[in-house]
Amino acid sequence: MSAPIIRMRGVCKYHGRFAALTDIDLTVAAGEHVVICGPSGSGKSTLIRCINRLEEHDAGRIFVDEVELNADTRNIAAVRSEVGMVFQQFNLFPHLPILDNCTLALRLVRGLAPEAARELALGYLRRVQIANQAEKYPPELSGGQQQRAAIARSLCMRPKIMLFDEPTSALDPESIAEVLDVMADLARDGMTMICVTHEMAFARRIADRIIFMDHGRIVEAAPPQQFFSAPRSLRAKLFLSRLLRYEGSGAPGTAQTAPQAVATTAQFNLGDGSDG
Amino acid sequence: MGFRWDIFWGALASVAYLKGALITVALTVSAHALAILLATPLALVLTRDRGPAVLAVKLYVGVFRGIPTLLQLLFIWNALPQFIPALQAPWFTPFLAALLALTFNEAAYQTEINRAALRSLDPGQRAAGLALGLTPTQVFVHVIVPQALRVAIPPTANEFINLLKVTSLASVISLRELLTVTNQAVASSFRFVEYYGAALVYYLVIVGVLTYFQTRLERRLAWSTHAPDAAMRDELAVAIPDSLSHRS
Repeated sequence: MSAPIIRMRGVCKYHGRFAALTDIDLTVAAGEHVVICGPSGSGKSTLIRCINRLEEHDAGRIFVDEVELNADTRNIAAVRSEVGMVFQQFNLFPHLPILDNCTLALRLVRGLAPEAARELALGYLRRVQIANQAEKYPPELSGGQQQRAAIARSLCMRPKIMLFDEPTSALDPESIAEVLDVMADLARDGMTMICVTHEMAFARRIADRIIFMDHGRIVEAAPPQQFFSAPRSLRAKLFLSRLLRYEGSGAPGTAQTAPQAVATTAQFNLGDGSDG
Repeated sequence: MGFRWDIFWGALASVAYLKGALITVALTVSAHALAILLATPLALVLTRDRGPAVLAVKLYVGVFRGIPTLLQLLFIWNALPQFIPALQAPWFTPFLAALLALTFNEAAYQTEINRAALRSLDPGQRAAGLALGLTPTQVFVHVIVPQALRVAIPPTANEFINLLKVTSLASVISLRELLTVTNQAVASSFRFVEYYGAALVYYLVIVGVLTYFQTRLERRLAWSTHAPDAAMRDELAVAIPDSLSHRS
Protein backbone atom coordinates (compact mmCIF):
# COMPACT_ATOMS: atom_id res chain seq x y z
CA MET A 1 0.00 0.00 0.00
CA SER A 2 1.16 3.55 -0.70
CA ALA A 3 1.77 6.39 1.76
CA PRO A 4 -0.91 7.27 4.32
CA ILE A 5 -3.29 10.03 3.23
CA ILE A 6 -5.35 10.16 6.43
CA ARG A 7 -3.90 9.82 9.90
CA MET A 8 -6.03 10.01 13.04
CA ARG A 9 -4.25 9.72 16.39
CA GLY A 10 -6.07 9.44 19.72
CA VAL A 11 -9.09 11.34 18.37
CA CYS A 12 -11.88 12.00 20.87
CA LYS A 13 -15.17 13.79 20.36
CA TYR A 14 -17.76 14.67 22.98
CA HIS A 15 -21.35 15.80 22.63
CA GLY A 16 -21.71 17.38 26.06
CA ARG A 17 -20.74 14.56 28.42
CA PHE A 18 -21.46 11.84 25.87
CA ALA A 19 -18.30 10.42 24.32
CA ALA A 20 -19.11 10.13 20.61
CA LEU A 21 -15.56 9.06 19.73
CA THR A 22 -12.93 7.65 22.06
CA ASP A 23 -9.24 7.21 21.19
CA ILE A 24 -9.65 6.70 17.48
CA ASP A 25 -6.43 5.63 15.77
CA LEU A 26 -6.87 5.20 12.06
CA THR A 27 -4.50 5.39 9.14
CA VAL A 28 -5.81 5.22 5.60
CA ALA A 29 -3.45 4.73 2.66
CA ALA A 30 -3.90 6.56 -0.64
CA GLY A 31 -6.10 4.44 -2.86
CA GLU A 32 -7.40 2.35 0.01
CA HIS A 33 -11.11 1.49 0.36
CA VAL A 34 -12.28 1.37 3.93
CA VAL A 35 -15.78 0.37 4.98
CA ILE A 36 -16.99 1.37 8.41
CA CYS A 37 -19.87 -0.54 9.95
CA GLY A 38 -21.40 -0.90 13.36
CA PRO A 39 -24.65 -0.40 15.22
CA SER A 40 -26.42 2.97 15.03
CA GLY A 41 -25.01 5.53 17.43
CA SER A 42 -21.60 3.86 17.39
CA GLY A 43 -19.88 6.98 16.03
CA LYS A 44 -19.42 5.97 12.38
CA SER A 45 -20.80 9.19 10.92
CA THR A 46 -19.08 11.32 13.54
CA LEU A 47 -15.77 9.73 12.63
CA ILE A 48 -15.96 10.52 8.93
CA ARG A 49 -17.40 13.99 9.61
CA CYS A 50 -14.23 14.71 11.60
CA ILE A 51 -12.15 14.03 8.49
CA ASN A 52 -13.53 17.14 6.72
CA ARG A 53 -14.19 18.93 10.00
CA LEU A 54 -17.96 19.04 9.75
CA GLU A 55 -17.40 17.93 13.35
CA GLU A 56 -14.55 19.34 15.41
CA HIS A 57 -12.61 16.77 17.39
CA ASP A 58 -11.95 17.60 21.02
CA ALA A 59 -8.68 15.70 21.49
CA GLY A 60 -6.10 13.95 19.37
CA ARG A 61 -4.75 14.94 15.98
CA ILE A 62 -5.99 14.47 12.42
CA PHE A 63 -3.84 14.87 9.32
CA VAL A 64 -5.29 14.76 5.84
CA ASP A 65 -2.67 14.66 3.10
CA GLU A 66 -0.11 16.12 5.54
CA VAL A 67 -2.38 19.04 6.50
CA GLU A 68 -3.41 19.09 10.14
CA LEU A 69 -7.04 19.82 10.91
CA ASN A 70 -7.12 22.49 13.59
CA ALA A 71 -8.69 25.89 14.13
CA ASP A 72 -6.74 27.32 11.18
CA THR A 73 -9.44 28.04 8.61
CA ARG A 74 -6.89 27.87 5.76
CA ASN A 75 -6.12 24.29 6.72
CA ILE A 76 -9.82 23.47 6.89
CA ALA A 77 -10.37 24.99 3.45
CA ALA A 78 -7.38 23.08 2.04
CA VAL A 79 -8.67 19.78 3.39
CA ARG A 80 -12.27 20.33 2.31
CA SER A 81 -11.18 21.11 -1.23
CA GLU A 82 -9.53 17.67 -1.40
CA VAL A 83 -12.20 15.65 0.37
CA GLY A 84 -15.59 14.95 -1.20
CA MET A 85 -18.57 13.86 0.86
CA VAL A 86 -21.79 12.07 -0.02
CA PHE A 87 -24.66 12.13 2.47
CA GLN A 88 -27.47 9.76 3.34
CA GLN A 89 -30.10 12.36 2.42
CA PHE A 90 -28.18 13.47 -0.72
CA ASN A 91 -28.30 17.12 0.43
CA LEU A 92 -28.55 18.47 -3.08
CA PHE A 93 -29.46 22.15 -3.18
CA PRO A 94 -33.17 22.07 -4.07
CA HIS A 95 -33.20 25.64 -5.41
CA LEU A 96 -30.63 24.89 -8.10
CA PRO A 97 -30.90 22.66 -11.19
CA ILE A 98 -28.62 19.59 -11.11
CA LEU A 99 -26.04 21.26 -13.33
CA ASP A 100 -25.85 24.34 -11.08
CA ASN A 101 -25.56 22.07 -8.04
CA CYS A 102 -22.39 20.75 -9.67
CA THR A 103 -20.98 24.07 -10.88
CA LEU A 104 -21.59 26.15 -7.72
CA ALA A 105 -18.39 25.13 -5.93
CA LEU A 106 -16.42 25.03 -9.18
CA ARG A 107 -17.20 28.69 -9.71
CA LEU A 108 -17.03 29.89 -6.09
CA VAL A 109 -14.14 27.77 -4.79
CA ARG A 110 -12.12 26.89 -7.90
CA GLY A 111 -12.86 30.15 -9.67
CA LEU A 112 -13.77 28.47 -12.95
CA ALA A 113 -15.53 30.42 -15.69
CA PRO A 114 -19.19 29.38 -16.11
CA GLU A 115 -18.56 27.68 -19.45
CA ALA A 116 -15.58 25.66 -18.19
CA ALA A 117 -17.49 24.69 -15.03
CA ARG A 118 -20.42 23.56 -17.16
CA GLU A 119 -18.27 21.37 -19.38
CA LEU A 120 -16.56 19.75 -16.41
CA ALA A 121 -19.85 19.15 -14.60
CA LEU A 122 -21.51 17.65 -17.68
CA GLY A 123 -18.58 15.27 -18.00
CA TYR A 124 -19.14 13.91 -14.50
CA LEU A 125 -22.92 13.83 -14.94
CA ARG A 126 -22.36 11.70 -18.05
CA ARG A 127 -20.10 9.44 -16.04
CA VAL A 128 -22.91 8.77 -13.53
CA GLN A 129 -25.35 8.57 -16.46
CA ILE A 130 -27.66 11.44 -15.65
CA ALA A 131 -26.41 14.10 -18.07
CA ASN A 132 -29.92 14.14 -19.56
CA GLN A 133 -31.28 15.33 -16.18
CA ALA A 134 -28.87 18.29 -15.91
CA GLU A 135 -31.53 20.98 -16.32
CA LYS A 136 -33.98 19.48 -13.83
CA TYR A 137 -34.33 20.38 -10.19
CA PRO A 138 -33.36 17.78 -7.55
CA PRO A 139 -36.90 16.93 -6.39
CA GLU A 140 -37.80 16.01 -9.98
CA LEU A 141 -35.30 13.12 -9.93
CA SER A 142 -35.60 9.68 -8.37
CA GLY A 143 -33.65 8.96 -5.20
CA GLY A 144 -31.00 6.98 -7.04
CA GLN A 145 -30.58 9.74 -9.62
CA GLN A 146 -30.30 12.34 -6.87
CA GLN A 147 -27.58 10.40 -5.08
CA ARG A 148 -25.68 9.90 -8.32
CA ALA A 149 -25.97 13.66 -8.93
CA ALA A 150 -24.58 14.24 -5.43
CA ILE A 151 -21.65 11.96 -6.20
CA ALA A 152 -21.03 13.82 -9.48
CA ARG A 153 -21.19 17.12 -7.59
CA SER A 154 -18.43 15.91 -5.27
CA LEU A 155 -16.32 14.46 -8.08
CA CYS A 156 -16.38 17.78 -9.94
CA MET A 157 -14.03 19.14 -7.29
CA ARG A 158 -11.57 16.34 -8.20
CA PRO A 159 -11.15 15.17 -4.61
CA LYS A 160 -8.36 12.84 -3.53
CA ILE A 161 -10.61 11.26 -0.93
CA MET A 162 -14.33 10.46 -0.99
CA LEU A 163 -16.34 10.02 2.19
CA PHE A 164 -19.69 8.23 1.98
CA ASP A 165 -22.07 8.53 4.92
CA GLU A 166 -24.64 5.74 4.48
CA PRO A 167 -25.17 6.74 0.84
CA THR A 168 -27.79 4.09 0.12
CA SER A 169 -29.74 4.00 3.39
CA ALA A 170 -32.50 6.25 2.06
CA LEU A 171 -32.95 4.38 -1.23
CA ASP A 172 -35.09 1.60 -2.64
CA PRO A 173 -33.33 -1.61 -3.72
CA GLU A 174 -33.09 -0.71 -7.41
CA SER A 175 -31.65 2.71 -6.68
CA ILE A 176 -29.22 1.13 -4.21
CA ALA A 177 -27.78 -0.94 -7.04
CA GLU A 178 -27.43 2.15 -9.28
CA VAL A 179 -25.50 4.01 -6.61
CA LEU A 180 -23.35 1.06 -5.58
CA ASP A 181 -22.41 0.53 -9.24
CA VAL A 182 -21.14 4.09 -9.42
CA MET A 183 -19.21 3.66 -6.18
CA ALA A 184 -17.67 0.36 -7.29
CA ASP A 185 -16.63 2.06 -10.52
CA LEU A 186 -14.96 4.81 -8.50
CA ALA A 187 -13.18 2.23 -6.35
CA ARG A 188 -11.85 0.48 -9.46
CA ASP A 189 -10.36 3.81 -10.59
CA GLY A 190 -8.31 3.92 -7.42
CA MET A 191 -10.16 6.62 -5.47
CA THR A 192 -9.40 6.67 -1.76
CA MET A 193 -12.77 5.89 -0.17
CA ILE A 194 -14.19 5.66 3.31
CA CYS A 195 -17.76 4.37 3.33
CA VAL A 196 -20.12 4.07 6.21
CA THR A 197 -22.57 1.48 4.96
CA HIS A 198 -24.66 -1.52 5.88
CA GLU A 199 -24.33 -3.00 2.38
CA MET A 200 -22.21 -5.96 3.43
CA ALA A 201 -22.13 -7.50 -0.04
CA PHE A 202 -20.70 -4.27 -1.37
CA ALA A 203 -18.22 -4.10 1.49
CA ARG A 204 -17.06 -7.63 0.84
CA ARG A 205 -16.43 -6.80 -2.77
CA ILE A 206 -14.70 -3.41 -2.71
CA ALA A 207 -13.27 -2.98 0.78
CA ASP A 208 -9.61 -3.47 1.54
CA ARG A 209 -10.44 -3.21 5.20
CA ILE A 210 -13.59 -3.33 7.32
CA ILE A 211 -13.72 -1.27 10.47
CA PHE A 212 -16.24 -2.24 13.08
CA MET A 213 -17.23 0.41 15.62
CA ASP A 214 -19.21 0.29 18.84
CA HIS A 215 -19.74 2.96 21.51
CA GLY A 216 -17.41 5.42 19.79
CA ARG A 217 -14.47 3.03 19.60
CA ILE A 218 -12.90 1.01 16.81
CA VAL A 219 -13.50 -2.53 18.04
CA GLU A 220 -12.13 -4.41 15.11
CA ALA A 221 -10.33 -3.74 11.83
CA ALA A 222 -9.71 -6.55 9.40
CA PRO A 223 -9.77 -7.47 5.72
CA PRO A 224 -13.32 -8.38 4.66
CA GLN A 225 -12.63 -12.08 4.24
CA GLN A 226 -11.38 -12.33 7.80
CA PHE A 227 -14.03 -10.01 9.25
CA PHE A 228 -16.98 -11.84 7.74
CA SER A 229 -15.73 -15.38 8.27
CA ALA A 230 -14.08 -15.02 11.65
CA PRO A 231 -14.87 -11.79 13.52
CA ARG A 232 -12.73 -11.65 16.64
CA SER A 233 -15.00 -9.66 18.94
CA LEU A 234 -18.22 -10.94 20.38
CA ARG A 235 -19.91 -7.63 19.58
CA ALA A 236 -19.04 -7.92 15.89
CA LYS A 237 -20.27 -11.52 15.81
CA LEU A 238 -23.59 -10.43 17.28
CA PHE A 239 -23.84 -7.49 14.88
CA LEU A 240 -23.13 -9.65 11.83
CA SER A 241 -25.50 -12.39 12.88
CA ARG A 242 -28.29 -9.84 13.19
CA LEU A 243 -27.40 -8.06 9.96
CA LEU A 244 -27.16 -11.28 7.98
CA ARG A 245 -30.07 -13.08 9.62
CA TYR A 246 -32.33 -12.55 6.62
CA GLU A 247 -29.58 -12.82 4.05
CA GLY A 248 -29.57 -16.60 3.81
CA SER A 249 -26.24 -17.22 5.50
CA GLY A 250 -25.69 -18.76 8.87
CA ALA A 251 -24.23 -16.98 11.84
CA PRO A 252 -20.74 -15.67 11.20
CA GLY A 253 -18.02 -17.94 12.37
CA THR A 254 -19.84 -20.92 10.94
CA ALA A 255 -19.00 -22.12 7.49
CA GLN A 256 -19.53 -19.10 5.25
CA THR A 257 -21.62 -19.58 2.15
CA ALA A 258 -20.86 -18.09 -1.22
CA PRO A 259 -20.76 -14.29 -1.42
CA GLN A 260 -24.06 -14.33 -3.31
CA ALA A 261 -25.71 -15.37 -0.08
CA VAL A 262 -25.24 -11.91 1.36
CA ALA A 263 -26.13 -10.03 -1.80
CA THR A 264 -28.78 -7.53 -0.89
CA THR A 265 -29.64 -6.39 -4.36
CA ALA A 266 -30.42 -8.27 -7.48
CA GLN A 267 -28.58 -5.94 -9.81
CA PHE A 268 -25.39 -5.60 -7.84
CA ASN A 269 -23.85 -8.74 -9.23
CA LEU A 270 -21.19 -10.37 -7.11
CA GLY A 271 -20.74 -13.47 -9.18
CA ASP A 272 -18.26 -12.27 -11.78
CA GLY A 273 -15.27 -12.68 -9.49
CA SER A 274 -13.08 -10.78 -11.93
CA ASP A 275 -11.53 -8.59 -9.29
CA GLY A 276 -11.76 -10.97 -6.36
CA MET B 1 -78.15 62.37 -0.08
CA GLY B 2 -77.17 60.02 -2.94
CA PHE B 3 -73.73 58.90 -3.94
CA ARG B 4 -71.97 61.79 -5.63
CA TRP B 5 -69.77 60.24 -8.32
CA ASP B 6 -68.19 63.59 -9.11
CA ILE B 7 -66.89 63.92 -5.52
CA PHE B 8 -65.66 60.30 -5.58
CA TRP B 9 -63.83 60.72 -8.89
CA GLY B 10 -62.56 64.12 -7.79
CA ALA B 11 -61.07 62.62 -4.63
CA LEU B 12 -59.53 59.72 -6.54
CA ALA B 13 -57.85 62.07 -9.00
CA SER B 14 -56.89 64.72 -6.45
CA VAL B 15 -53.27 65.68 -5.85
CA ALA B 16 -53.87 65.45 -2.08
CA TYR B 17 -54.96 61.78 -2.29
CA LEU B 18 -52.12 60.90 -4.63
CA LYS B 19 -49.57 62.55 -2.35
CA GLY B 20 -51.11 60.85 0.68
CA ALA B 21 -50.91 57.49 -1.07
CA LEU B 22 -47.30 58.13 -2.09
CA ILE B 23 -46.37 58.94 1.52
CA THR B 24 -48.15 55.77 2.67
CA VAL B 25 -46.28 53.65 0.12
CA ALA B 26 -42.93 55.35 0.78
CA LEU B 27 -43.30 54.87 4.53
CA THR B 28 -44.33 51.22 4.17
CA VAL B 29 -41.61 50.31 1.70
CA SER B 30 -38.79 52.07 3.55
CA ALA B 31 -39.87 50.86 7.01
CA HIS B 32 -40.22 47.30 5.81
CA ALA B 33 -36.91 47.34 3.92
CA LEU B 34 -35.06 48.67 6.96
CA ALA B 35 -36.89 46.18 9.19
CA ILE B 36 -35.79 43.26 7.00
CA LEU B 37 -32.19 44.51 7.04
CA LEU B 38 -32.30 44.78 10.82
CA ALA B 39 -34.13 41.49 11.32
CA THR B 40 -31.72 39.31 9.35
CA PRO B 41 -28.71 39.59 11.72
CA LEU B 42 -31.09 39.42 14.69
CA ALA B 43 -32.58 36.19 13.35
CA LEU B 44 -29.08 34.79 12.83
CA VAL B 45 -28.35 35.50 16.48
CA LEU B 46 -31.50 33.59 17.45
CA THR B 47 -30.39 30.51 15.50
CA ARG B 48 -27.65 30.10 18.14
CA ASP B 49 -28.61 28.17 21.22
CA ARG B 50 -27.77 30.54 24.05
CA GLY B 51 -25.69 33.50 25.11
CA PRO B 52 -26.24 37.13 26.12
CA ALA B 53 -26.87 38.16 22.50
CA VAL B 54 -29.77 35.70 22.26
CA LEU B 55 -31.30 37.11 25.43
CA ALA B 56 -30.90 40.68 24.15
CA VAL B 57 -32.67 39.87 20.87
CA LYS B 58 -35.44 38.03 22.68
CA LEU B 59 -35.91 41.03 24.97
CA TYR B 60 -36.08 43.37 21.96
CA VAL B 61 -38.63 41.21 20.16
CA GLY B 62 -40.66 40.82 23.34
CA VAL B 63 -40.79 44.56 24.06
CA PHE B 64 -41.57 45.73 20.53
CA ARG B 65 -44.17 43.07 19.88
CA GLY B 66 -45.70 43.66 23.28
CA ILE B 67 -46.35 47.41 23.08
CA PRO B 68 -49.16 48.76 20.86
CA THR B 69 -47.82 50.30 17.66
CA LEU B 70 -49.82 53.46 18.35
CA LEU B 71 -48.02 53.89 21.68
CA GLN B 72 -44.63 53.38 19.99
CA LEU B 73 -45.49 56.11 17.46
CA LEU B 74 -46.61 58.52 20.16
CA PHE B 75 -43.60 57.70 22.30
CA ILE B 76 -41.07 58.36 19.55
CA TRP B 77 -42.80 61.52 18.35
CA ASN B 78 -43.65 63.06 21.72
CA ALA B 79 -41.48 61.52 24.43
CA LEU B 80 -38.19 60.80 22.69
CA PRO B 81 -37.37 64.47 21.92
CA GLN B 82 -37.61 65.15 25.69
CA PHE B 83 -34.73 62.70 26.29
CA ILE B 84 -32.78 63.66 23.20
CA PRO B 85 -32.97 67.43 22.65
CA ALA B 86 -31.36 67.05 19.21
CA LEU B 87 -34.66 65.56 18.05
CA GLN B 88 -36.45 68.83 18.71
CA ALA B 89 -34.86 70.21 15.55
CA PRO B 90 -37.03 70.68 12.45
CA TRP B 91 -35.38 67.78 10.61
CA PHE B 92 -37.13 65.36 12.95
CA THR B 93 -40.30 65.27 10.87
CA PRO B 94 -43.42 63.17 11.47
CA PHE B 95 -42.30 61.01 8.54
CA LEU B 96 -38.96 60.28 10.20
CA ALA B 97 -40.59 59.59 13.55
CA ALA B 98 -43.08 57.23 11.93
CA LEU B 99 -40.29 55.55 9.96
CA LEU B 100 -38.31 54.99 13.15
CA ALA B 101 -41.27 53.62 15.10
CA LEU B 102 -42.57 51.35 12.35
CA THR B 103 -39.09 50.04 11.49
CA PHE B 104 -38.36 48.94 15.05
CA ASN B 105 -41.86 47.57 15.44
CA GLU B 106 -41.79 45.66 12.17
CA ALA B 107 -38.24 44.35 12.71
CA ALA B 108 -39.48 42.54 15.83
CA TYR B 109 -42.07 40.61 13.79
CA GLN B 110 -39.74 40.12 10.84
CA THR B 111 -37.05 38.67 13.13
CA GLU B 112 -39.43 35.87 14.04
CA ILE B 113 -40.29 35.25 10.38
CA ASN B 114 -36.62 35.14 9.36
CA ARG B 115 -35.73 32.91 12.30
CA ALA B 116 -38.46 30.44 11.37
CA ALA B 117 -37.31 30.49 7.73
CA LEU B 118 -33.69 29.82 8.69
CA ARG B 119 -34.73 27.07 11.09
CA SER B 120 -36.86 25.38 8.45
CA LEU B 121 -33.79 24.38 6.44
CA ASP B 122 -32.21 20.96 6.80
CA PRO B 123 -28.81 21.31 8.54
CA GLY B 124 -27.55 18.97 5.81
CA GLN B 125 -27.72 21.89 3.36
CA ARG B 126 -25.07 23.79 5.29
CA ALA B 127 -23.00 20.63 5.76
CA ALA B 128 -23.10 19.94 2.02
CA GLY B 129 -22.02 23.49 1.19
CA LEU B 130 -19.13 23.39 3.65
CA ALA B 131 -18.07 19.92 2.50
CA LEU B 132 -17.81 21.27 -1.05
CA GLY B 133 -15.33 23.85 0.24
CA LEU B 134 -17.59 26.91 0.32
CA THR B 135 -16.84 29.42 3.08
CA PRO B 136 -19.56 29.91 5.73
CA THR B 137 -20.42 33.26 4.09
CA GLN B 138 -20.72 31.66 0.65
CA VAL B 139 -22.93 28.94 2.12
CA PHE B 140 -25.17 31.60 3.66
CA VAL B 141 -25.47 33.68 0.48
CA HIS B 142 -25.73 30.91 -2.12
CA VAL B 143 -27.36 28.04 -0.23
CA ILE B 144 -29.20 29.27 2.86
CA VAL B 145 -30.70 32.62 1.83
CA PRO B 146 -32.28 31.48 -1.47
CA GLN B 147 -34.01 28.61 0.32
CA ALA B 148 -35.03 30.62 3.38
CA LEU B 149 -36.44 33.29 1.07
CA ARG B 150 -39.05 30.93 -0.30
CA VAL B 151 -40.27 30.09 3.19
CA ALA B 152 -40.23 33.73 4.29
CA ILE B 153 -42.05 35.32 1.34
CA PRO B 154 -45.71 34.55 2.15
CA PRO B 155 -45.55 35.73 5.81
CA THR B 156 -43.40 38.70 4.74
CA ALA B 157 -46.02 39.75 2.20
CA ASN B 158 -48.61 39.48 4.97
CA GLU B 159 -46.48 41.76 7.11
CA PHE B 160 -46.15 44.25 4.26
CA ILE B 161 -49.91 44.44 3.81
CA ASN B 162 -50.39 44.79 7.54
CA LEU B 163 -47.74 47.50 7.72
CA LEU B 164 -49.38 49.38 4.84
CA LYS B 165 -52.55 49.67 6.90
CA VAL B 166 -50.72 50.36 10.15
CA THR B 167 -49.17 53.47 8.55
CA SER B 168 -52.61 55.05 8.92
CA LEU B 169 -51.88 55.24 12.65
CA ALA B 170 -49.31 57.90 11.79
CA SER B 171 -52.23 60.29 11.28
CA VAL B 172 -52.05 60.85 15.07
CA ILE B 173 -48.61 62.42 14.72
CA SER B 174 -49.88 64.61 11.88
CA LEU B 175 -48.21 62.77 9.05
CA ARG B 176 -50.17 63.58 5.90
CA GLU B 177 -50.53 60.02 4.70
CA LEU B 178 -53.60 58.65 2.89
CA LEU B 179 -55.99 58.34 5.84
CA THR B 180 -55.10 61.79 7.23
CA VAL B 181 -55.94 63.30 3.87
CA THR B 182 -59.21 61.35 3.78
CA ASN B 183 -60.23 62.46 7.27
CA GLN B 184 -59.56 66.08 6.44
CA ALA B 185 -61.66 65.86 3.31
CA VAL B 186 -64.49 64.23 5.25
CA ALA B 187 -64.32 66.75 8.09
CA SER B 188 -64.88 69.70 5.77
CA SER B 189 -67.67 68.10 3.66
CA PHE B 190 -69.30 65.25 5.62
CA ARG B 191 -69.24 63.23 2.35
CA PHE B 192 -68.22 60.02 4.20
CA VAL B 193 -69.01 57.46 1.52
CA GLU B 194 -67.30 59.23 -1.37
CA TYR B 195 -64.06 60.08 0.44
CA TYR B 196 -63.79 56.80 2.36
CA GLY B 197 -64.59 54.96 -0.88
CA ALA B 198 -61.76 56.72 -2.71
CA ALA B 199 -59.29 55.82 0.08
CA LEU B 200 -60.51 52.22 -0.01
CA VAL B 201 -59.79 52.04 -3.74
CA TYR B 202 -56.25 53.34 -3.19
CA TYR B 203 -55.50 50.74 -0.49
CA LEU B 204 -56.93 47.90 -2.57
CA VAL B 205 -54.94 48.92 -5.65
CA ILE B 206 -51.69 49.11 -3.68
CA VAL B 207 -52.27 45.66 -2.11
CA GLY B 208 -53.31 44.29 -5.50
CA VAL B 209 -50.07 45.42 -7.11
CA LEU B 210 -48.08 43.89 -4.27
CA THR B 211 -49.95 40.59 -4.53
CA TYR B 212 -49.18 40.47 -8.24
CA PHE B 213 -45.46 40.79 -7.59
CA GLN B 214 -45.64 38.27 -4.74
CA THR B 215 -47.23 35.70 -7.05
CA ARG B 216 -44.59 36.30 -9.72
CA LEU B 217 -41.79 35.97 -7.17
CA GLU B 218 -43.22 32.76 -5.74
CA ARG B 219 -43.49 31.31 -9.23
CA ARG B 220 -39.83 32.13 -9.85
CA LEU B 221 -38.97 30.28 -6.65
CA ALA B 222 -40.97 27.19 -7.59
CA TRP B 223 -37.71 25.23 -8.14
CA SER B 224 -39.27 23.21 -10.87
CA THR B 225 -38.86 23.02 -14.61
CA HIS B 226 -42.67 23.06 -14.76
CA ALA B 227 -44.32 26.25 -13.55
CA PRO B 228 -47.50 25.43 -11.55
CA ASP B 229 -49.76 26.87 -14.26
CA ALA B 230 -47.95 24.86 -16.93
CA ALA B 231 -48.52 21.68 -14.92
CA MET B 232 -52.20 22.62 -14.65
CA ARG B 233 -52.42 23.06 -18.44
CA ASP B 234 -50.84 19.64 -18.97
CA GLU B 235 -53.44 18.08 -16.72
CA LEU B 236 -56.26 19.80 -18.59
CA ALA B 237 -54.79 18.73 -21.93
CA VAL B 238 -54.94 15.15 -20.76
CA ALA B 239 -58.35 15.46 -19.16
CA ILE B 240 -60.21 17.18 -21.98
CA PRO B 241 -59.75 14.70 -24.86
CA ASP B 242 -60.54 11.98 -22.37
CA SER B 243 -63.89 13.48 -21.44
CA LEU B 244 -64.68 14.08 -25.12
CA SER B 245 -64.04 10.46 -25.98
CA HIS B 246 -66.50 9.41 -23.28
CA ARG B 247 -69.19 11.51 -24.88
CA SER B 248 -68.70 10.21 -28.40
